Amino acid sequence: MGTTTTPTPPAPKTNRIGLQVVDYRGGKTTLCAGCGHNAISERIIDAMYEMGVKPERVAKFSGIGCSSKSPAYFMNRSHSFNSVHGRMPSVATGAMLANRDLLALGVTGDGDTVSIGAGQFVHLMRRNLPIIYVIEDNGCYGLTKGQFSATADLGSTLKSGVANDLPPIDTCALAISLGATFVGRSFSGDKRQLHTMLKAAIAHNGTVMLDVVSPCVTFNDHEGSTKSYKYVQEHGEELNEVSFVPAFEEINVDYDPGTTFEATMHDGSRLRLRKLEQEYDPTDKVQAVSRLMESHAKGEVLTGVFYINAKAPSFIDLLNVTDQPLATLPESMTRPSREVLARCMEELQ
Amino acid sequence: MATTYAGPQKSSGQLGRQRVVNDMSIQVATVNGSGSQSSNTVLLRSIFQMGVPISGKNLFPSNIAGLPTWYTIRANKDGYIARKKEIDMLIAMNAETAQEDVKTLAPGAAVLFDAPLALDKVRDDLIFYAVPYDKLVAAVCPEAKLRKLIKNMIYVGVAAQLLKIDFAEVEKAIRKQFATKAKAANLNLAAAKAGFDYAAANLEKRDPFYIERMDKTKGKIIVDGNSAAAMGCMFAGCTVVTWYPITPSSSLVETMIDYMKEHRIGPDGKATFAIVQAEDELAAVGMVIGAAWAGARAMTATAGPGISLMAEFTGLAYYVEIPAVIWDIQRVGPSTGLPTRTSQGDVLSTAFLSHGDTKHILLFPNSVSECFTLAQDAFDLADHFQTPVFVMSDLDLGMNNWMSDPFPYPDKPISRGKILSKADLEKAGGFARYKDVDGDGIGYRTVPGTDHPAAAYFARGSGHNEKAQYSERPDDFERNMERLNKKFETARSFVPRPELAGDGKAKIGIIAFGTSHWAIIEARDQLSQEHKVETDYLRLRAYPFTREVHDFIAKHDRTYIVEQNRDGQMASLLKLDIKPELNPRLRSICHIHGLPIDARSVTDELMMMEGK
Repeated sequence: MGTTTTPTPPAPKTNRIGLQVVDYRGGKTTLCAGCGHNAISERIIDAMYEMGVKPERVAKFSGIGCSSKSPAYFMNRSHSFNSVHGRMPSVATGAMLANRDLLALGVTGDGDTVSIGAGQFVHLMRRNLPIIYVIEDNGCYGLTKGQFSATADLGSTLKSGVANDLPPIDTCALAISLGATFVGRSFSGDKRQLHTMLKAAIAHNGTVMLDVVSPCVTFNDHEGSTKSYKYVQEHGEELNEVSFVPAFEEINVDYDPGTTFEATMHDGSRLRLRKLEQEYDPTDKVQAVSRLMESHAKGEVLTGVFYINAKAPSFIDLLNVTDQPLATLPESMTRPSREVLARCMEELQ
Repeated sequence: MATTYAGPQKSSGQLGRQRVVNDMSIQVATVNGSGSQSSNTVLLRSIFQMGVPISGKNLFPSNIAGLPTWYTIRANKDGYIARKKEIDMLIAMNAETAQEDVKTLAPGAAVLFDAPLALDKVRDDLIFYAVPYDKLVAAVCPEAKLRKLIKNMIYVGVAAQLLKIDFAEVEKAIRKQFATKAKAANLNLAAAKAGFDYAAANLEKRDPFYIERMDKTKGKIIVDGNSAAAMGCMFAGCTVVTWYPITPSSSLVETMIDYMKEHRIGPDGKATFAIVQAEDELAAVGMVIGAAWAGARAMTATAGPGISLMAEFTGLAYYVEIPAVIWDIQRVGPSTGLPTRTSQGDVLSTAFLSHGDTKHILLFPNSVSECFTLAQDAFDLADHFQTPVFVMSDLDLGMNNWMSDPFPYPDKPISRGKILSKADLEKAGGFARYKDVDGDGIGYRTVPGTDHPAAAYFARGSGHNEKAQYSERPDDFERNMERLNKKFETARSFVPRPELAGDGKAKIGIIAFGTSHWAIIEARDQLSQEHKVETDYLRLRAYPFTREVHDFIAKHDRTYIVEQNRDGQMASLLKLDIKPELNPRLRSICHIHGLPIDARSVTDELMMMEGK
């Protein structure tokens, strides 16, 4: 570890594996100034840096759209695959089959996820593949100039004034009902909450589905839009206050089970959710979906961790594959012997 | 109304016909779901064990139970195992099709029928044998509910007696078929014996067909192409298989699951492979691409409709330059078409699958043995050229039983192509993913997880430069596309070479590929023996075409392209490739009814086109 740091005279700030934050940076963004997606890229950089994730272990995946361009703007030292529209989940699934040691990070949009990609999204959630799946959700198609997407709220308007008359697909409710094991919603403008959720996501073994409302400053930030900065600031409602203690840090603050829910993650980290609604149980799927439906009725933008199951086996666990990544198995393990072929031939005689 | 004696056919005139030994086709007409597959396999194996070359073809409906199905066995001493157009012996078990089945026979054919069907009233120029199946099965199977399943084994016994197959071979074949089920083996054996004995006591042999022992199957195996492909992929070191069930490719992956579970579990009890059933063909090929990008040897298997769905993703793999092995077990299109019938109808659409200037390497196995060996070539080529490789099998090859020499163990080590390791990167300092370093158009790649800060590159389906950076520059785009073309040209000298037959002196050439091969070798002999027409034959094994293909066309006055589709797809592909002045030399013989191509049709059509 740490073989790649370049020492500079005044010792720069480094993380636990000796890398600087610059080692997690990417190319210059080409998205609009003020785009929520850029803030999300920053949070990803911070979370990966603080968690001390080796960039070479990370594989970034995206589909097509503004959001799907963003993996070029963070973590240049990580491999990245900008695939086809709506079908990033299958590419990520294949990569994880090949190399279980990778940390998969999918960054995608609302159109990519629940319009063209609804089929693949559904099956990704169902498989509980180890992946952090981030939807940069702005309720519209930015790259084709602002048409409604399937997460646009009922009654939300386009710049032209046209109102959306179909109900939105709630990606979180969908993910919870399908089998994702860590589901939450945040806001690109909420630095602390998003940052904390991303760090917890890195520690999770299974599908993390984070829907991050990320306003489109060019096409969907006007009066009448329910995905604007202003609307989210005015209608944002936190379900719980998220905090996280990574496995490599000592736990020095106790928590009160009466007011705080704690989940022990796969690697021993702790995800803590301070209850802002006393009766809410983040391990109860029915309650989670019901609370989400209620938020739609009230017109609020509910954020926080809605559902967590840190114990469920991931898709890779279920496959019972070798510990060594399939991609790097030597020929001696992937090509059976002459004797095996002779036996196969004998059976067919 | 048990018929115990089939009376002599007044006008058949067959009694004096010469004995026909080890040269016949037997068609069994049954209802699917009735367990006839076991009986047919036993009959096939019995003849095979007599040392006579055979093939077995299942002509079945797209249905689980209750519709008519036909199984054709061809036995031929000279090794001709293509489908034979004429039926010599019909075993009529299906009341629904029996009349029609009998009407289509040529005079002199033999018919074994279930006595109540009274088929001997339909025609008087055939040789009929009535068998009281229900009576016979009741005697050997006390349990009424099992009778339906073993009734079919009775015809195996009757046929064995009539053809003079040694009953010991029937018994051996039954024991093999029911190797793990002793009770079923005994019951079926009793049924076959009942038929054998009944025929001996009650049927007077009046047809000319005989099976006599010979030694042409010693050491041979019987297997279907999908199983052979599954084995080939296992020995090719495949580690990731993702798929979506579709006839006729499903059995490839299902057999592979069995083989891999048996032979690819590591010492720790864990699998050295992952096989995942995807939600559709789009996801199946997407997973292949993701897995191959991450360094696995990955594959999928599908048929025409799946190929159509994979168009977008395979264009991505072509452009991002990711290996993938895709088996297309071709069935009849367009659209859903005839899902359980065979064709070579995906040649053109697969060669250029996806939008933009996309083209792919195709391989064409003609035998179960090539399903095994080309599987390995496919993975090696995909890795070497960092591109999708399609293996174009078909239903006839994939799902039917073929005789073959045992498969050879791979003669070269697995080759993963140009992949840079950590050590390589330390030496070089970095790399440009899409740079043509070696002049062959093939760049160097890295796989995720390579522990070096310069290992990563950004794989993208959008325009990119040599360093894999986003680029819309005209010169970057053009250079990249020309390099991809160069890579494809390089592939011409790496893909499997065609197989040539004939002395090269004939004026007429024949080009064919895949399963058409078996009809061609027989048709060439028919042309030579019956019409004194000599031909040279080139069997294509890959696209892009190698130099030999051009030379072959240039050397012959006219070349017949024989294929199993309507539009002469391979002929079109050839016309795009050869010098335009050679185009008039190509002539198409196309065969599209969904049944495997037969030699007689090829011979007749070629002679007609020769104007003779």
